[in-house]
Amino acid sequence: MTRKKRRLYFVGAGMLALFAGAALVLTAFQDNLVFFYSPSDLQAKQVSADQRFRLGGMVEEGTVEKQGDTVRFKVTDYAASTPVTFTGILPDLFREGQGVVAEGKIGSDGVFVASEVLAKHDENYMPPEVADALARQDPAWKEKLGRSVEGVEPAKATN
Amino acid sequence: MIAELGHYALVLAFMVALVQSTVPLIGAHRGDAVMMDLARPAALAMFLLVGTAFAALTYAYVVSDFSVINVAENSHTDKPMLYKVSGVWGNHEGSLLLWITILVTYALAVALFGRNLPPTLRARTLAVQAMITAGFLLFILFTSNPFLRLDPAPMDGRGLNPLLQDPGLAFHPPMLYLGYVGFSMAFSFAVAALIEGKVDAAWARWVRPWTLLAWMFLTLGIALGSWWAYYELGWGGWWYWDPVENASFMPWLAGTALLHSAIVVEKRDALKSWTILLAILTFGLSLLGTFLVRSGIITSVHAFASDPTRGLFVLLLLGVSVGGSLMLYAVRAPSLKGGGLFAPVSREGSLLLNNLLMATATATVLLGTLYPVFADALKLGKVTVGPPFFNAVFVPLMVPLILTMAIGPMLSWKRGDVKGALARLWLAAALAVGVFVVTWLLAGGGLDDVMAAVGLGLAVWLLVGVAVELADRVKLFRAPLGESLRRAGTLPRAAFGMTLAHAGVALVVAGVTVSSYWKEERVQVMVPGQTVTVSGWDFTFQGAREVQGPNYDAVEGSFVLSRDGEQIAVLTPEKRQYTSPPMPTTEAAIHTTGWADLYAVVGDAAQGQPGYVTRLYFEPLVPFLWYGALLMALGGIVSLTDRRHRVGAPTRKKAAAGPAAKPAGA
Repeated sequence: MTRKKRRLYFVGAGMLALFAGAALVLTAFQDNLVFFYSPSDLQAKQVSADQRFRLGGMVEEGTVEKQGDTVRFKVTDYAASTPVTFTGILPDLFREGQGVVAEGKIGSDGVFVASEVLAKHDENYMPPEVADALARQDPAWKEKLGRSVEGVEPAKATN
Repeated sequence: MIAELGHYALVLAFMVALVQSTVPLIGAHRGDAVMMDLARPAALAMFLLVGTAFAALTYAYVVSDFSVINVAENSHTDKPMLYKVSGVWGNHEGSLLLWITILVTYALAVALFGRNLPPTLRARTLAVQAMITAGFLLFILFTSNPFLRLDPAPMDGRGLNPLLQDPGLAFHPPMLYLGYVGFSMAFSFAVAALIEGKVDAAWARWVRPWTLLAWMFLTLGIALGSWWAYYELGWGGWWYWDPVENASFMPWLAGTALLHSAIVVEKRDALKSWTILLAILTFGLSLLGTFLVRSGIITSVHAFASDPTRGLFVLLLLGVSVGGSLMLYAVRAPSLKGGGLFAPVSREGSLLLNNLLMATATATVLLGTLYPVFADALKLGKVTVGPPFFNAVFVPLMVPLILTMAIGPMLSWKRGDVKGALARLWLAAALAVGVFVVTWLLAGGGLDDVMAAVGLGLAVWLLVGVAVELADRVKLFRAPLGESLRRAGTLPRAAFGMTLAHAGVALVVAGVTVSSYWKEERVQVMVPGQTVTVSGWDFTFQGAREVQGPNYDAVEGSFVLSRDGEQIAVLTPEKRQYTSPPMPTTEAAIHTTGWADLYAVVGDAAQGQPGYVTRLYFEPLVPFLWYGALLMALGGIVSLTDRRHRVGAPTRKKAAAGPAAKPAGA
C-alpha cells in the first residue's frame, strides 16, 4: 500500500464519519429540538397541542394549589400568565415568586401540562431564557423580583 | 494577615509564571542550558507560592474567618469540618484556585520526574504550562480574587449550598480538575513538540502516562458527579445530557481518542499530526467546559448563579490558547513526516476507526451543547437540545465503536486478519447473538425493544471478547495451567490495563441499557401502612417523623422494603430544610442488591388529604455503571504501573536509571 493510497482511505473514512455524523445530527434535530416560550409568546402565537416545549417565567404569587400529588400554579412574565398543572414531586427550590422552567405540552383548554419541572441547584440562579423573557416584557423586572423575594422571606422565617 | 499572605503569594506566583513562560523558551531557542534549567526551580517556586495561597484560603475556611468575603459567603461555623474544607472549592473563586494548584502540581511533577526528557523539550513544556498558569492567575487576580476582605466582618457566614454538603460532591471537583487540568500536560507537550518540530515514539511515550493519569481522574470525576446527581437530587436518573455534564464528557471523549492515537505514535510512528491536534483539542474542550460551567451562558439543571464577565475572560483564555496553538499547528504540522505505513485492516486501522468515531461523537455532543447559543445569537428562537437528541445521535455512533473494540486488539500491527480475529471471537459472537435474541423476546419483541437487545448483546460481545483476547494471549486451556500462568506473568501490565478498562466499558453499556429500559417509577400519595409494589418489590410506608441534624431540620419517611413477604431493609429518605442558607434538599434512600437499586424519596405532606407524596424507583443494573467506571480507572492505574510507561512518568531515581537507558523506539 502506498502512502497516497493510504491517505485516500483515511480521507474517505473521515468523510464517511463526517457524513454519518451530520446525517444523524440533522435527523435528530428535526424531531428533538425543544423550543422555549414565555407566557406572552403563548398568547401571541398558536402552539399545537402535540408540540413539546419549555415554558418559563416566574411562579405567580398566591397561585400554587396542591391536591394530592398534583400541583397547579400559574407562570407569569408580568404581562401574561399561563396555568400549569404538574403531577409528582416538585424540585426543592420551587417557590412562589421565583423563576421556573417547565417542560411539557399545552392542552386545548390552555392549561400547560408539565411532565417535568426543572430543578435548580442554587436559589439565586435564574435561567437565562427566563431572565431574557422577563426583561423583554418589563426592563424593571429585577426590582419586582427583589420585592417579591423579600415578601417571601418573613413567611419562611416563621416555619 | 493570612489572607493577605495568600493574595501576595498569588501575585508573586504570577511574576514567576511570566519568567517561567519566557526565559526557558529563549534558552531552548539559543541552546542556553542555564536559561533552560531556570524552568525547574521556577516550577518549584510556583508550586510553593500557589500552595501557600491555597493553604491560606483553606486556613481561613477552617478557622471560619468571616472577614474574608469568600468564606463569609460560602461557609458557616455549624458546618461539619469536611464541608468547611470542601467549601474551599465549593465556590467559583476557590475552585479556580484549586484548578491552578493542580496545574502547578503537574508542572512540578514534570520538573522533578522529567529528568530523562531532552532539556529543550522539558524547558518548552514547562514554559507552555507556565503560560496557561499565568493566564489563569490573571483571571483569579482580576475577576475572582478569593482573598478580598469584608468590613465589618459578619458574625456568621451564609453557609455552603446544602446540595454540595455531601461526601460525593466534596471529592467530585478535585477529581474532575485533576482530569481536566491533567490534559494540560498533553497540551503543553504537544505545543512544545510543535515548537521543536519533532514528534517521535519517545515523545508519545512521555505523553501517554500523563494522558492516562488525567483520563483516569476524569473518569472517576465524571462517575462521582453522576453518582451524586443520582442519589442527591432525588430524581432517580444518573445522566441528563445537560450542558454541564456534557462539559466534562467532551474532554473525556477526546481524551479517550488521544489515549488510543498516542499508542499508534509510540508503536508505529504514525498518526503524529492527528495526535498533536487531539492533544490541543482535548485541553481546548477542558477549557470550554470551564467556560460553560462558569459563564452560565446555557441553561443547565446543574447551573449555579454566575457572572458573565468571568465567562468572557475564560472565553478570551480559550481563544488565545486554542487559537494560538492551532495557528502554530497550521504552520508546523505539515513538516511532521508520517512514519509507518499500515493497511486499513490492522491494529492501527482499528485504533484510527476508534478515533474517527470518538471524534465524531465529540463533535455531535459539542454541536448539541452549543446549538442553543448559536440559535439564540442568530435569532432562530430559544431552543433546548435535550436527552432525546443526544441519545439519537450518540448511540448509533457507539454501536460500531463497541463492535470494533472486541476485534481491534486481536488484529496485528501493519496488516491484520479480520477473518482470523472473527474466528477467534466465535464464542463472543454466539453468546452475544443469544443474549440479543433472548433479551428481545423477553422485552416483548417489538421494534422499540430492539435497542435494549442490541445494547445487552454488545455488552456481552465486548465482555466475552476482551476475556477471549486475554485468554488467547496466555494460551488458557490450550497449554498447561502453569504455562498459562507463566505467560500471564510476562504479559505487560498495559495489556491487563486494557482488558480491565474495556471490560469496564462493557459493564457501563450493560448498566446504561438495562437501567434505561427496565427502570420503574411510581409517584403517589401514601398513608402509613400502605404498600406499593414496584417490579416485585414491596415498599410499605410506615409514616414520617421530624428529625434534627447538625445544621438542618428534616422530615424522615420510613419504608419497609420486602420481597415475597420477607423483609429486606428499612429505607429512611429525608426531606431536609437547611438553616444556612435556608434551603430545602431531598435525601433519597437507596438499598442496593449489587444488581439493582431500590430507591425511595419522600416529598411534602399531601394537601387536602392525609399522607405524603412519595416517589419509588426500581433501578436495575445502575450499580454496574459505578463498577464499570471503577474498572476503567483501575485499568488506567494498572497500565500506569507498566514498566514501559515509567520512562518519563513519575519515577524514582533508581527505577529510572534502567529503563531510561533503553534506546527510544524499543
